[in-house]
Formats: sequence, C-alpha cells, structure tokens
Amino acid sequence: MTTIEIHQKLQEAFGDAVGPLGQPKVDPFAVVKGDRIVEICAWLKKTPGIEIDFLQDLTAVDWPKRNVIEVVYHLFSFPHRHGIVLKVELDRANPVVHTVEGVWKAANWLEREVYDLFGVVFTGHPDLRRVMLPDDWVGHPLRKDYQEAGGFHGIPNLRENPLVELRRIDLVRIAEHQKANPPPPPPPPAPPPAAAPAAGTPPAPSTPPAAPKA
Amino acid sequence: MSKLVLRRVDRNNEEMLINFGPQHPSTHGVLNFLVETDGEVMKRAIPDIGYLHRSLEKIGEMVGYPGYMPYTDRIDYLAAMFANEGYAIAVEKLIKVEVPKRAQYLRAISCELNRIASHLVSVGTMATDIGAVTPLVYALREREIINDLLEALCGARLTYNYHRIGGVAFDMPAGWQEKVIAYLDRFDSSVQEWDRLISFNEIYKKRLGGVAVVSREQAIDYGLSGPNLRGSGVDWDLRRDAPYGAYPDFQFDVPVGRGWAGKVGDCFDRYYVRVLEMAQSSRIVRQALEKMPEGEITAKVPRKVKPEAGEVQSRIESARGEMAYYVVSDGTERAHRVRARTGSYMAMGIIEDVSPGLMVADLVALIASLDVVAPETDR
Amino acid sequence: MAQRDTMDAEMGGDVVFAHTSQLDKIINLARANSLHYLLFGLACCGIELMQFGGPRADADRFGAVFRATPRQADFMIVAGTLTYKMAERLKLLYDQMAEPKYVISMGSCANCGGLFQLAYSVCKGVDKVVPVDVYVPGCPPRPEALTEGLLRLQDLIMRERWKDKRRPPRLAGGQA
Repeated sequence: MTTIEIHQKLQEAFGDAVGPLGQPKVDPFAVVKGDRIVEICAWLKKTPGIEIDFLQDLTAVDWPKRNVIEVVYHLFSFPHRHGIVLKVELDRANPVVHTVEGVWKAANWLEREVYDLFGVVFTGHPDLRRVMLPDDWVGHPLRKDYQEAGGFHGIPNLRENPLVELRRIDLVRIAEHQKANPPPPPPPPAPPPAAAPAAGTPPAPSTPPAAPKA
Repeated sequence: MSKLVLRRVDRNNEEMLINFGPQHPSTHGVLNFLVETDGEVMKRAIPDIGYLHRSLEKIGEMVGYPGYMPYTDRIDYLAAMFANEGYAIAVEKLIKVEVPKRAQYLRAISCELNRIASHLVSVGTMATDIGAVTPLVYALREREIINDLLEALCGARLTYNYHRIGGVAFDMPAGWQEKVIAYLDRFDSSVQEWDRLISFNEIYKKRLGGVAVVSREQAIDYGLSGPNLRGSGVDWDLRRDAPYGAYPDFQFDVPVGRGWAGKVGDCFDRYYVRVLEMAQSSRIVRQALEKMPEGEITAKVPRKVKPEAGEVQSRIESARGEMAYYVVSDGTERAHRVRARTGSYMAMGIIEDVSPGLMVADLVALIASLDVVAPETDR
Repeated sequence: MAQRDTMDAEMGGDVVFAHTSQLDKIINLARANSLHYLLFGLACCGIELMQFGGPRADADRFGAVFRATPRQADFMIVAGTLTYKMAERLKLLYDQMAEPKYVISMGSCANCGGLFQLAYSVCKGVDKVVPVDVYVPGCPPRPEALTEGLLRLQDLIMRERWKDKRRPPRLAGGQA
C-alpha cells in the first residue's frame, strides 16, 4: 500500500483530524490533531492491511517563527513494507501531547529524548526523566532559542585562546630582556617629538628600539 | 537519577543496589547501569546514558551541509562509514543528485569492510566480557589489517570522512584491489578459525544459550534493528528489502537467528548472526571488486549546498542496525534540523525490560550481545 | 642541612641520606617501567586505546598494562571527549588513584574540546578538571602516537627526584 492510500484510509476513518498530505516533492507527511494521536496510532497498528508495527523514529523539530514544535512520527510496517510520516504541531510555550508508549514500546525512550532536548511533555509516560543530560541541567538545548548556561557545576565552558597566553609570555620575556639589557643611555639633549607616538604603541619590539631616524 | 523512587533496602534479604559503570571495562563505552539485585539475581537494571552526549544534532544545525560530514564519523566511531553514507544519501536526496556508479561501488566496499571491522570488535569484546580474553586479541589482529586497508583508501584509521555529498573523496589507490582480495582470502579462513576457537566451544554455547531471550514480537515492538532484530528471527535487511546504493547488484544471504544454542533470540543467536554477517560482507566486497565499473567518483555538486525547503529521511543498514538520518532544510545553507536514529539507542531501551530475572553476570552478556556503543546511544 | 639532598624527613623518619641521586635513579627506573594505566576510554580514542594494548602497538613492551580499577593504576589515559556529565566522574576516579599519579590526555577533544567547540555539553579540555602531564594530539591519535606519549611520560618520571615529588597535602605538612 502506498503512503497516499494509507493517508486516504486515515482520512476516511478520522475525518478532519488528519490533515492533507504534504507536497510530494520530498518525503510526504500528514499533520494530525494532537489530541487524537494515540487513537490514530492504535488504529494504524490494529487495522488489517495496514498493521504498522514498527515505530521507526520519533523526534521533534522546533519552528520558532511559526511558534510551533512539531513532533514527528516515522512509522513502518514489516509485514506490508509500507510506511507513513505523521506530525503533531504543539504550542512552543506549553508543548504537551499524549504518549504513544502504549502502542509501541519503542516510544518510551524516544519520547524521553524529545522531552530532554525539546521539553515536550508526554502525558501518561511511565518514566519521563532526562536521558542525555544531567538531571539538574537547565533548559532544553535543541530548541532554537537555547542559551548556554556558561559551564556546569563550576567547570567553565570557555577555553582561553592559546595565542593570548603566548602573547603574555612574549611580553614577559620582552620585559625580562629589557631588564637584563638596560635601555641605551637616553639621548639627553633633544628627544625628537615624533618618537613619542611610536613608543606609545602596545606591542613593544623585543629588541630595544633602534633609532628610526632616517 | 534523583527522581527514581528506590525501594528501601531490607536487612532480611540480600537486596542490593549496585552502580555499574559509567567507567567499567565491560560497558562498551561510558554507560551506567543502576542494578537492583537480590543476591545474584537482578530485579532490574536501569540504564543511565548521556555520558558521551556531544550535542551532535545541535552542531548539525550550526555548520553547513558539507561541513557536517566529519561530525557524522563521531556518531558511530566503530562504523563511521555508515554514518557518512547515511548523511550523504539524505543530503543527496534533498538536493536531487545522482551518485555515479563507481562511487556507489566504492561506498559499498568501504562500508562492508567497515562492517567486518565493527563486528570483529563486537564479537571480540563479547568474548572478553564473559571471561575469554584471548579472542579479542585475534579479533584486533584482523581488524588492524582492515584499518590499514581503509587508511590506504582514505587516510584515516577510525574516523574516515570518506564519503562526500555526491560521491566519495578518493578513488582506490593502485594495487589496493589485490591487497583486499588477498586479505579476504585470509579472512574467510579466519572466520572458520573463529568458529573452531570460540563459536562452537561448548562452554561458550552453554554460557550464552537461552540467556536474555528477546522474542520476535518484543524485538519489533521495541524497535530493535539490524543484527539484534535478525537474531530474534525477523528476516529483514534494508540492503536487500529496501535497497540503496549499489546493493541491488550483489548476491548475498541474510543470516537469521535459528536458536543455534537454545532459543531463538538469545544472546548466542545475536552473536552468531554477526559472525555469519562478516562472511557475507566479505562476499559482497569480492563481488563489488569484480564488477567495479569505470567512471567518475563524484557527481557535480555545487560548492555551496543550498537545498530547497523540505525534509527527507534516509535509511541505511549500519553495523548496529538501522541508521536513519532525518534532515530538515529551510532553504538556507545550514540544515534546520539533523537527526540520527541509531540502532544502539533503541537497543538500550529494551535492557530494562529484559533484565529482570537475569543473573548479574548475564547483564554483561546482554549488553555485549546487543552491541551498544556509547556514541550511538548518546550522540 | 637544607642545602643537602635528603630523603623526605617525614617519609624517612630520622634517617638522612646524604647522597640520593643513585637511589633516585633506581626508584625511577622501577617506576617508569611498570606503569599501569587506568582504562578510561571515553570515545573514539578509546578504540585506539584498545589497539594500543593490542597485538601490534603492544604497550606491554614498555611495561604498561591496563588496570580496571583506579586504586591499582599509576596513570590515567583520558581518551576521548569529556562531557560535563562525565567530568564529575573523572574527578572522582582521579581522586581515588594513589599518589604519585599522572594523566595523559589523548586526542584533541581531551586536550581542548577539539571538534566540539560548538557543543553545549562538552567540557573544553581535561585540564579544566584534573592536572594533565602529557598531551597527545590527533583526532584520534594513532596507537604509535600514544606510545610516544607513554615514552614522554617515562622521561618525565625519570627526571623526577624523590625529595621534590608531588605529595598529597596531608603528607606535605598541610592540614588533613
């Protein structure tokens, strides 16, 4: 059965809870109503001739411009070798959808991951904990507006540029060099006024400044 | 773990709570298991992963399409070719590029060699985990030669970065073909050596037979894939059943678990399916080298990959099961979302429900037979 | 007295060695050639760490054998990407190792975060958490490169003198 046929049957069974199939220029998908996702999934699994027994993937996509988090269900059937992609659109401020863990056990861990990285709450989930990040992590990093907290438990997340450190060592060496080799006897009578801005530039040359008079 | 409600440990029985990992030689990378046991018998083992979560999916949104290719290596470092290939196929679908035939053959060869290398580590460490240390050294010996061959092909031993969007990076070097054939001749006999040494060793069969049985229905329900699914008796291989690349041109068998040492779907079945798959991979490489067509190794791909808005999923048969890249483009030079579905992550989900009633030592066998590696579970 | 080479007064009690350079050499020889490393394979480099102990690179030649427990290990090879979640465990394991202890940081990720500068969950370098003695560059380094790192560590140990060796603060006279 092709994706289009499955989609037609879905629309026959659920009416306007199943949106139109996306444009077929790439992988097509259908947007369904969030509050009926469990019904639809259970129906897809049970109905003879469709029998989608494999939740191949469950993930989410964040769309801040549309103010939507999409939860994406990639479904596949081993006996019939066909599949369909369903999507549920949720409000970004309060993303809540019912779990499909009762239909496919595979959803358990996949939903935990989506909860961890996107903050989508799956009601009815038996064990909704963070899975990738530590329990006391703040924020959901795969959201587009996530800001890094700047380290974790006192470990900084910045690494100093090695060039800065090398430059510092250079400056120290230059200072030592100048200390060891005292500056040439200052020309007492008339310091040329043009030398003053040249001496003010920060990267001091390692050799004592030779008189740049031409 | 703080939200887990753990029962109070009673002094009258032998209930214990053991922290297994994350730094443990038999956990295949950094995984942690919270094991609740009564004496030697486990009540349950709760996996705690994420110790190698390297934000690879977020990085996919930050770098351009071609620039993400080296990162895919790190999604599965034991079988990096597959991760390369899956991502390349997904982006090729998105920008509608046809890969030249020669590049497809080179992809198949590199992937199958990598599959052998990955399965060698899997079966070798499995033997080590349950107490036989020597076989790992044999496996590493074979693996080193594959590393050399792949290094000659693409310059790296582990993280290859060999596939490109639209083809592969390099053609075969001169004389490489003969070296591969010579190695495969040797390898085919070493599979038999492996069988004699360990597979049909009576102790090994008794140790693994009937342990941690995953039934056919359970395997599908939990979304297992690849050798784990086939070990449970499901005859399914994406290379044969949903072919991609050059695979329709090759003849090969798909080994399926038959209960060689007890029940279908036990640890031994999952293990032995891998051993048989190595022989099949060797067969595919031979055929590919024989039929290798002439021609280009990369299609014409613009320097700045900028696909139109849309989304695509590519499914390939990795060494650890089905690897599926889901790439969403919003019409810019960077992906809006990159998602990798991996076999190991799904395999982790089943451990908690298979573990009750197993012995503590069998947990190690279960983890090893599912062949979970940390980067794939955590990404 | 302060000018002379002496055994550490607290370690040797009243015994004072007038001349210990030869003794240093013997101690260092013994230590440098039986370095046991703690298996700490975190990521990709962990596989090369396996090959390092495998038949070709054969770390046994230099007396380096892996240990699964930190209490029997002389040094730790941090091989691979260190995430924040793992960094706390790394510190815990490092603290359990007995002095004198050394750390080899293997691979770019362990050295400075490497490829994962953009990542939100990766610690930018092992030296943010524990002191590092030898850095081995590469992504991942070949087993030969790690062998070189081991030899450098042996050099480091051979140059050490007993009296100015690192000690935990309790022995050095600080508060417990």
